[in-house]
Amino acid sequence: MNRYSPWQYFIIAAALVVGLVFTLPNLYGESPAVQVSPHKATLKADEALKARVEDILAKGKIEPQGVFLDASSVKARLADDETQRKAKDLLQAQLGEDYIVALNLLSNSPRWLAAIGAKPMYLGLDLRGGVHFLLQVDLKTAIAKRLEGVVNDVRGNLREKRIPYSGATRDDQRVTVRFRDKAARDKGQEELARTLPDLEFRSVDDAGEFRLVGTLKPEAVNATQKAALDQNITTLRNRVNELGVAEPIIQQQGADRVVVQLPGVQDTARAKDILGRTATLEFRMVEAQATDPRNRDYDPAKVEAAIAGNPPVGTELLYDRDAARNEPLVISRRVVITGERLTNAAPSVDQQTGRPIVSVELDGQGARVMRDLTRESVGRRMAALLVEKGKPEVLTAPVIQGEFAGRFQISGNFTTQSATDLALLLRAGALAAPMEIVEERTVGPLLGAENIRRGFYSMVGGFAAIALFMIAYYGLFGVISIIALSANLLFLVALLSMLQATLTLPGIAAIALTLGMAIDANVLINERIREELRNGNTPQAAIHAGYDRAWNTILDSNVTTLIAGLALLTFGSGPVRGFAVVHCLGILTSMFSAVMVSRAIVNLYYGRQRRLEKVSIGQVWRPAIQKR
Amino acid sequence: MEFFRIKRDIPFMRYALIFNVISVITFLVAVGSLTMRGLHLGVDFTGGTVMELQYQQPPNLDRIRERMVKIGFADPSVQHYGTARDVLIRLPVKEGLTTAKLSEQVMQELRQLDTGIELRRVEFVGPQVGKELLENGALALLFVSLGIVGYLALRFEWKFGVSAIIANLHDVVIILGFFSVFQWEFSLPVLAAVLAVLGYSVNESVVVMDRVRENFRSRRFRDAAVPQVIDNAITATMSRTIITHFCTQLMVCSMLLFGGETLFYFALALTIGICFGIYSSVLVGSPLLMWLGLTRTDLVRPEVERKPGDSGAVV
Repeated sequence: MNRYSPWQYFIIAAALVVGLVFTLPNLYGESPAVQVSPHKATLKADEALKARVEDILAKGKIEPQGVFLDASSVKARLADDETQRKAKDLLQAQLGEDYIVALNLLSNSPRWLAAIGAKPMYLGLDLRGGVHFLLQVDLKTAIAKRLEGVVNDVRGNLREKRIPYSGATRDDQRVTVRFRDKAARDKGQEELARTLPDLEFRSVDDAGEFRLVGTLKPEAVNATQKAALDQNITTLRNRVNELGVAEPIIQQQGADRVVVQLPGVQDTARAKDILGRTATLEFRMVEAQATDPRNRDYDPAKVEAAIAGNPPVGTELLYDRDAARNEPLVISRRVVITGERLTNAAPSVDQQTGRPIVSVELDGQGARVMRDLTRESVGRRMAALLVEKGKPEVLTAPVIQGEFAGRFQISGNFTTQSATDLALLLRAGALAAPMEIVEERTVGPLLGAENIRRGFYSMVGGFAAIALFMIAYYGLFGVISIIALSANLLFLVALLSMLQATLTLPGIAAIALTLGMAIDANVLINERIREELRNGNTPQAAIHAGYDRAWNTILDSNVTTLIAGLALLTFGSGPVRGFAVVHCLGILTSMFSAVMVSRAIVNLYYGRQRRLEKVSIGQVWRPAIQKR
Repeated sequence: MEFFRIKRDIPFMRYALIFNVISVITFLVAVGSLTMRGLHLGVDFTGGTVMELQYQQPPNLDRIRERMVKIGFADPSVQHYGTARDVLIRLPVKEGLTTAKLSEQVMQELRQLDTGIELRRVEFVGPQVGKELLENGALALLFVSLGIVGYLALRFEWKFGVSAIIANLHDVVIILGFFSVFQWEFSLPVLAAVLAVLGYSVNESVVVMDRVRENFRSRRFRDAAVPQVIDNAITATMSRTIITHFCTQLMVCSMLLFGGETLFYFALALTIGICFGIYSSVLVGSPLLMWLGLTRTDLVRPEVERKPGDSGAVV
């Protein structure tokens, strides 16, 4: 009766093998590496880059232990921290600003493990050192900005249709338009409802004044807030790239917060500066270019002069790095419009040619300026520049094909990807809404290493103590319980590695605690078997009944623990979440290992013996006189 | 080895009143301290800045305090932790001063005193975030309580759910009481420990209740009175209860020893929880069950014929 069928043994053996394979990468450790990834979407991490990295390192007499190419970067594994720093400086100097060169760690596990997707657990900031920021985005300002644009649109629209009005203003989250008479207001309401579908206008009469009060529709509010948040996240991502962080995490949290985690960053002051920086988008006219003679601004002489160091007055020489052309352009210093006038930029597809384009929308004021400008400048080129810390960078410089105003398209040699990237860059030039750091947690690298050691010792110490006690008290059944507990640890680590969960110090505490609690199931089973033996059952029957009866209790008690774990997962944040994830997973793995794995061993060892006289489960004490 | 050589059932229920009086007194002391002194809430909940610094030479704490006063904190907390070279600075929330930039300002001031400082850890929590963390903690506690009552009511009977949760919330209050009386710092990991204890000691109650249910269904106890049935259930599960808790405590002790600053209070909360967990689920929860008027018919429905040996769930 204490036998498992072959397939049951097979499942358990398979689980153990899988567990072992996925736990392995954690045992190999990591070695220092340098990671090179392209800064722009137009540059790719490819064999050429890999060859270049190898070449630079060889010339600098640095011998990497291996250079690897993956989807988005090239990584070089190095012998020690010293060479790592040297290699980073060398690569950064040689590759220039187009590539991000960051310090990283590379797993030492053999290639076949990486090939089947077995990776080590990701260490949290409290274990590897780094900075964690929580930023609060002021979405009210994003709405206010949007309404500011709406006010301009209202004025433009009413003027265009020659509807008389006496004023349009924004107060907080509303737009108020005043009219002198009712007829004008009714006409205005009709017109505005048609042209501004995102708004809801109500008419209010007050003290001889006829007013329209407009508020954003809830969908429009949501869309505006979402766009603002996305834009801020994109901007943050661009800025973090400059910090040279190997694996930054930038994520939305809740409705209006963004988490930024920068592993390995020690200079928090610089990190805060860069995250808090403001960049602006500017549109300016191209005064001269030397590439295309068909355009009106073709003037190689001016370009030559600018390259020689004498740009015409009021202009500057900039290079269009778009599509890796690296084209010299003489660009006017006069700003046509700034990014504040830009309300949207999105990738789309040209209806006629079917090629990817970027469609751009400006607010009312921007539209008027643009119309006046483009009327006279067909055939010239206009550049979109991102200005950060006074340093302009050309995002794109398309040719003006015809007169346009508030909505226009930028076409060029885009792929779907590069159109998406450009749209993001246009939008992300500036933050859509101000942000403030509301939480910071910085952990130094030494403390991180110390935390790993502390967590590890805690676990090993506790495990050893439990093992000693269980074996002394329960004999062979104690040994089996400890094997089951080890299997539990194996499964838990394997599962965490498979999910690529982030391991934190509270997470290690949770592993230790889970092991301490998981032994409960085996104690329950062992005690139950002893009790059955005490009541005079045969060993085989006692084992069977012990496992059978203990199961209900184990299930109930684990479900209640799981409820607590899930609550922690739902309401917890930061360190508590790490604890909760491990705790919940640990409960699940412990049910499998404590019951199935230990039973399998018992069945293998005792189940085959037809006439079992005695089991090794410590002393089974029988009271001389038993009540009842 | 066998530690538990118990000849007959221990009449726990006869002394139920005494245990509950002890319980009520401890509970009142805890509640009293919580209302009078409150909890020493960590920076996670109050907001503010905590910095851990390591000096190469043991620094003069008074000089550091002076500098903090200069920045604008009237009563800064500056103390040693670990060795004499380690300094912990806590700065409360202060209008206009509490921003993410504060830690840089502090470092600038301190570097003027001594350049050999390593910044080991900074925690800055805005006041709004702190408030939210506290609210979420309370919500989690509520959610766990309701979830457990619900599950036990479904799996057993409502009386089990109610008595288990009262017994275990009493544990939680006592843990909080300890933290209040001794003014230990109550941080996020401690909150995690408290919730884990709640789940864990309900475990305990479940094991006893499971046995109570099994006894009610068994032929042996057909004529036994309710207190007798409960006594037997407690006695039968006692060795398991103590051994399990002992094992868990071994692990927790290891954390107390090796875990360092961060895990210390976490492990301490667990220790209190484990000790009181045994006591409460056995000696508080079970009498409550009795006083709530548990009867055999609550669990054994006569119309349902059960096969012998089937101890499956009543859902």
